[in-house]
Amino acid sequence: MAERTRFTLNGAAVEIAAAPGERLSRVLRERLGARDVKVGCEAGDCGACTVLLDGAPVCACLVPAQRAQGRRVETLSGLVAQDPRARALAESFQDFAAAQCGFCTPGMMVAATALLRETPAPDEARVQEALAGVLCRCTGYRKIVAAVMAAGRRAGRRRAAEGGVGTAIRRIDGAAKVEGREAFGDDIAPPGTLEIRLVRSPHAHAAFTFGDLETFAARPGIEAVLTARDIPGLNRFGVIPAFADQPVFAERLARFRGEAVAAIVAAPEALRALAAEDFPVTWQELPAVQGLAEATAPGAPQLHEGRPGNLLCEGLVQCGDAPAALAAADVVVEGVFETSFVEHACIEPEAGFARIDGEGRLEVHACTQAPMMDREALARILSWPVERIRIRPTAVGGGFGTKLDLSVQPFLALAAIRTGRPVRLAYSRAESMQSTTKRHPARIHLTVGAARDGRLRGFDFTGDFDTGAHASWGPTVADRVPVHASGPYRVADYRARTRAIHTHAPPAGAFRGFGVPQAAFAQECLFDELAAKLGMDALEFRLLNALDEGAATVCGQVFERGVGIRACLEALRPGWAAECAAAEDFNAGGGRRRRGVGLAAGWYGCGNTSQSGPSTIRAGLRADGALVLHQGAVDIGQGANTVIAQIFAQALGVPLSALTLVGPDTDLTPDAGKTSASRQTFVSGNAARLAGEALRARILRLANAGPGARLIAGGGRLGVLDNGKTHEINPARLPADSEGYVLRAEKSWDPPTRALDENGQGAPYAQYGYGAQLAVVEVDMALGTTRVLRMAAAHDVGRAINPLLAEGQVEGGIAQGLGMALMEEYVPGRSENLHDYLIPTAGDVPPVEVMIIEEPDPLGPYGAKGLGEHALVPTAAALANAIAAATGVRPRRLPITPARLRALIRAAEK
Amino acid sequence: MGYLTPSSLDEALEILAHGGVSVIAGATDFYPARPAGPMPKLMDITAIPALRGIRKEGGGWRIGATTTWRQIAAAPLPPAFDALRQAAAQVGAAQVRNVATIAGNLCNASPAADGVPPLMVLEAEVELASARGRRRMALSRFITGPRQTALASDELLVALHVPAPPQRARSAFLKIGSRKHQVISFAMAAALVAPEAGRVGTARVAVGACSPVACRLPGPERALRGRPLAALAEPGLVRSEDLAALSPIDDIRADAAWRREAAGVLASRALHAAGGPADG
Repeated sequence: MAERTRFTLNGAAVEIAAAPGERLSRVLRERLGARDVKVGCEAGDCGACTVLLDGAPVCACLVPAQRAQGRRVETLSGLVAQDPRARALAESFQDFAAAQCGFCTPGMMVAATALLRETPAPDEARVQEALAGVLCRCTGYRKIVAAVMAAGRRAGRRRAAEGGVGTAIRRIDGAAKVEGREAFGDDIAPPGTLEIRLVRSPHAHAAFTFGDLETFAARPGIEAVLTARDIPGLNRFGVIPAFADQPVFAERLARFRGEAVAAIVAAPEALRALAAEDFPVTWQELPAVQGLAEATAPGAPQLHEGRPGNLLCEGLVQCGDAPAALAAADVVVEGVFETSFVEHACIEPEAGFARIDGEGRLEVHACTQAPMMDREALARILSWPVERIRIRPTAVGGGFGTKLDLSVQPFLALAAIRTGRPVRLAYSRAESMQSTTKRHPARIHLTVGAARDGRLRGFDFTGDFDTGAHASWGPTVADRVPVHASGPYRVADYRARTRAIHTHAPPAGAFRGFGVPQAAFAQECLFDELAAKLGMDALEFRLLNALDEGAATVCGQVFERGVGIRACLEALRPGWAAECAAAEDFNAGGGRRRRGVGLAAGWYGCGNTSQSGPSTIRAGLRADGALVLHQGAVDIGQGANTVIAQIFAQALGVPLSALTLVGPDTDLTPDAGKTSASRQTFVSGNAARLAGEALRARILRLANAGPGARLIAGGGRLGVLDNGKTHEINPARLPADSEGYVLRAEKSWDPPTRALDENGQGAPYAQYGYGAQLAVVEVDMALGTTRVLRMAAAHDVGRAINPLLAEGQVEGGIAQGLGMALMEEYVPGRSENLHDYLIPTAGDVPPVEVMIIEEPDPLGPYGAKGLGEHALVPTAAALANAIAAATGVRPRRLPITPARLRALIRAAEK
Repeated sequence: MGYLTPSSLDEALEILAHGGVSVIAGATDFYPARPAGPMPKLMDITAIPALRGIRKEGGGWRIGATTTWRQIAAAPLPPAFDALRQAAAQVGAAQVRNVATIAGNLCNASPAADGVPPLMVLEAEVELASARGRRRMALSRFITGPRQTALASDELLVALHVPAPPQRARSAFLKIGSRKHQVISFAMAAALVAPEAGRVGTARVAVGACSPVACRLPGPERALRGRPLAALAEPGLVRSEDLAALSPIDDIRADAAWRREAAGVLASRALHAAGGPADG
């Protein structure tokens, strides 16, 4: 029997009966209600669960609860309420936008509070060191470090909570994040809720048979065992219905390590007493294909019927005559470039809660980027009408593309329906890494030519992308890459062919850029080689060939306005010259350390590729005077909650504080599409603008006021000031509809695109965003280690709706690109945790000079363009080019680990 | 009761003699390695005062088993311990260093354990105790392979004993990963150098993460004895033939060829850092 453990939690005496060795994190969250303690890895790697134990930061996941006996435990919510340093941090984190998704924020702020208690005004290195134990995947750390330094010095710049388009206001959801009140996927379920454990394949390819499931299911505490035969509808899902091929539970055959074959639903204690070997399943390992070469070899095991050669699909864009142009080119370069599986490593593992409500409807609360798609997919799996399913997205602790696909949702749904009781499921870090989507590894063969004058002459790209066991977003990558592989340049003679190939690996899906960063790595590196061969400066070469307004893209699309690549490249010009000169000076000193400067550019088409992808935003005036915005665009940390509201408020002509916000919920918010493809600011932003304008027009009409009238809103009243006179509108006197609205507006917007023909010619996107980055690195030539000293990034966002949040997107994208370039490589079975799979820490992201370029887009709301993905597109290429400049060797495989780089240097020394 | 917190060593050893418990201290390696299923019976040894702290002992030093990395990093130890203190400051992150113990690092016996090379150049011994008695052995004999030690099932590692370092000895520790913090070493080296009349009196160097157990490099240690201190600055101080005892592996962090080469570079640099001009 468990003995009682007594300690103080945030100053209050508590007493619990923890199981022997129960993790303190679990006790705090499940027995003491401290859901402000987040669990990200249960291995001490991510630090999200950091609490103070007698004042010292510890990972609560590694502390046996019994060790808290007689001691003081402090968590974020208590610190913010009681410690002025934590309070100062809470303000500073909001002023600097240091919390994006907010999942690491409790760990960050607790660690920072301990630091400020010890060192009231720490320097940057000290802050980085103190925060190094907490991983963040959104921000790139720079704003966090700045926020902590400013809080220590009480010297931060205050940001307003109010402001229209173009104003760097605080996030409207920031306070909840910094006070530990934000509820993520695993924060909804009440303690004691039934839990789900999944039985997963230990092999990349295996046949399996179950033993006696009935006897197993009769064990005490087990409520249900679910397998493929328990699926009433279709045991198949996929984000692109035409390619849907992923089973909820594998049937007879598992196609990747970590694929689920069964689920055990049980009370928490019963589940914890189960060992893996208790479950009756027998595995027969089968030959597996890993990597593109094995998958395409003759006689390779085949993953899916009807996809011979393990070929999922192909993509093509061509214009002019690339082979002929290359044959006639004065200078030609070519190379083969390879990249690895990259894990999203959201600090929040996938998690959720489901229940059957009083009317027999299913309600799923989970972290997701695509609630409407989740609902449709569940309807097919359950064979239920969509109306019986309600998706209520929780706060999302990082997404970056991976939370577009279903993860926990079908298991939650099936278990809740089977048991009739509420259920919860939170993936362990290992499960999350094994089973959720990855960035596609690529093998790219590229040949590029130029005339003596530096103009591009011929571009021939072939790229194979390892899409893993199931389709996921593989077709999108195969389609997007050929459209983007030219980079933002004028290429008259172009051919880009792609293939998505299946292997026995986790499905590769959407990850910030959909394959474009991989393509940019090849293209931008070869552009450096081409410029060198031509004897041209790398920046001048890019400017000479940069896409212009009025010039055709490789798809034959012409943009008359809003092409910002030239402005981005020009913005880097002063830094480029100065950094190149400084590196040359440094290297003239000799020594084992060499510095180099690299450039790369990128672009990104915002929205779906040549497909309809509308957003709808609803708004209204309620009888009680509330101006309500129904905003269904999921904020995964990037700031949609704030940006969409800023746009709407601007269009309506009221302050943000006058709005009542209704967040994503398939019952309450119309479809704002998925949070992907850099589309929310652009597409949902436009819908919000139209909805705001429409509601404004209706209000003005009521008051018979002209278009220049001012709305005076707040405190239940709505006035219209027109020509010096105020018309009072009394909503209570107006007839209300069934939802309580006396006035309402609902507007959709769909970016105009045109289908691509068989040569990929058409208008795939209504707008592109553009960016260019510069990196300065230092390489230790004897060890092959790379230190990134500085970066500069110029990104054309059309119009920065909120410049503070835009900066955060750029810094965060750079941190992920830096990880992809230098350290991140997911190897199934070998790097299924955050100490073998490394992502950048607070000490790894250098100062980043962010330059926001505003070339207004004619279609964007107030000129705005999407930003999320082009923030990352050029980063790995810029770093690779900087490393090449420093070392004289050319890395063609990512990540550029010390061992790989040193091998290249060693070969060059011989 | 499945969670035992003995308050004396004798009590702990008696529990161990009966068997059936898993020993935890910082528990930072215990939890991540734990499979799903029932929790074993645990014995938490961090409440035993005799296992804690650092003290002088004869000419040398005794470091208690449950001394944390944070305590070691902050301890007022002589310069011969600099390598150990530098390693202590780089084990995991602050959250881990606040609870993880030196004995846990040794008993976990990872080939990449940061504590081992610095303790090897200090020629540390481990003290093992059981209800049967006590014994001491060199650290280099205690760790017998990856995740393997000479610890008997009824024994506890109670302390480390570091003999008096040579006069004026200094040491240094270097480790390499692909990021700045929270690094599990791809390769690491520790070196200790004691000057004698302007020359190298004693030189010791050990390399970790490049063989199943970290190891000393006797070749350069011998060759350096009696040479001018300036020789420590020579490039290629440690040559490839000095690394014959290493058996680095290919893994996801680095390949064997890089490890072998990096071991030489790090060993040379650590020797230079330990014996080069003092900072003041």
